[in-house]
Amino acid sequence: MERKSLNLKASLLVLLIFSAVLAMSLSLRAKEFNQEDLERWDNEFMSVVMEGEKLFHSPSLGNNKVSCDQCHPNAANTHPETYPKFQQQLGRVVSLFEMVNWCLQNPLEGDPLAADDPEMVALLAYITYERRGVPLEPGKH
Amino acid sequence: MKIDRRTFLKTAGTALVGSALPVSLVKVAFGAADSARDFTFGYISDAHIQYIKGKDFVRNWDMGLKRSIMEANLLSPRPDFFMFGGDLAQLGMKEELDHGLDIMSSLRGEVHYVIGEHDYYLDLGEYWQEKIGPLYYSFDHKGVHFVVLNSILTYDGWTHKDWDSPMDRMKAMARLDNPEGSPFMVGEEQIAWLRKDLEKVNKGTPLCVFSHSPLQKIFKGWNFWTEDAEKVQALLKPFRKATVIYGHVHQVQYNQIGNITFHAVMATAWPWPYPESYRQAASCLPKLTVHMNRADPFFERDATGWQYINVMDGKAAMHYQLPDNENRSVVYNHRTGYPEDAKYQDYADRVPPQKHY
Repeated sequence: MERKSLNLKASLLVLLIFSAVLAMSLSLRAKEFNQEDLERWDNEFMSVVMEGEKLFHSPSLGNNKVSCDQCHPNAANTHPETYPKFQQQLGRVVSLFEMVNWCLQNPLEGDPLAADDPEMVALLAYITYERRGVPLEPGKH
Repeated sequence: MKIDRRTFLKTAGTALVGSALPVSLVKVAFGAADSARDFTFGYISDAHIQYIKGKDFVRNWDMGLKRSIMEANLLSPRPDFFMFGGDLAQLGMKEELDHGLDIMSSLRGEVHYVIGEHDYYLDLGEYWQEKIGPLYYSFDHKGVHFVVLNSILTYDGWTHKDWDSPMDRMKAMARLDNPEGSPFMVGEEQIAWLRKDLEKVNKGTPLCVFSHSPLQKIFKGWNFWTEDAEKVQALLKPFRKATVIYGHVHQVQYNQIGNITFHAVMATAWPWPYPESYRQAASCLPKLTVHMNRADPFFERDATGWQYINVMDGKAAMHYQLPDNENRSVVYNHRTGYPEDAKYQDYADRVPPQKHY
């Protein structure tokens, strides 16, 4: 009975070691990626940017048919590179998603989105993508 | 001092009027001593009245137009006439044009209208012509020849392509940053009309042309652009004093090309970024322009406005009326030969909010 249990323990240990080695080799392999991976990841990102572009130009994101691009063509004058910054009108340091929500609630007369809502992520992806190449300047007004 | 209720009300009333009215609205300033031919007109533009549903319209844009009219109605002495610079509607709908005209009807004075792309691309100007009038025309006033152009036409191939519906076409043109859009133009038919119209005008007569789009090329991506601008400019070239005033761009812009002075007007609805704020494409804002202040979105009317224009000795002096901001004046300087901001033209005089990036 005891022997059987020992055997079981030994088998479990082997299994555990095997799993650990497997996990290690997998994690080692995960550090390698090829051109195909890069393209796939870029496509994944761009599909979210495109989703953001659609939302940014959508009359149904808010409640009064006003869309973000009416004031911000190509997401200009959103300055994602300056966030987080002291938003003087709010009197505190905020991230860009809070300003997006301010716009959703005021000019668009709609409801705010959670920071990790896929729609918010898409909007931020589009806004940031249209500003690509501009150096980060957090805090700049 | 004892203040009874009646005295208080009287004082409070005076204080309220005093603080609510910008000083410039109390009296229009006429420049020259011999001002028999000098006059003033008002300019309201880009109201973008937007229909929601039922009887609802976007409150913010309604308020912009109403405020400009309320202020313009206080001008004294009265301006000789008003211009409306285009984009009365957002999507060219009858509801929007009717509602916009209803608000405009409270403006005291004669109004001449310029059509914008937001008024046009649903029914190609049909309802506009029925309710307002022709899309291009000219008139004379106190020795100045005024021309109104429809500068927001585009290639026939785009206008008449296989759209799912007229509203599809309207929305495609209404989207400023649409990569599938099409550049504005005046077109051969209208250029031929303009040539004929100007033939009978003495070349010493001051000429003032109103268009919705800039009759110069600033940024094609947002149609701050007229494809055949050079052809129109060529017809204005023989005139010693030529001025072009345009809407569409929702911001302060001014320029001088040869003899032609260009001024843009503000929107009553919302401001637009300067094209250089979009970093993925090159643009060409006139170097003369001192930018308007960056908008503070928390003040709904900030970086919107309207203007009154003094025509002195045949050239325009633009007086931008800017709620929530200091008013600006851009005046043609006969000595330098180009328009200048009355306060900020020198780099040393500019302020941080005028820096856009």
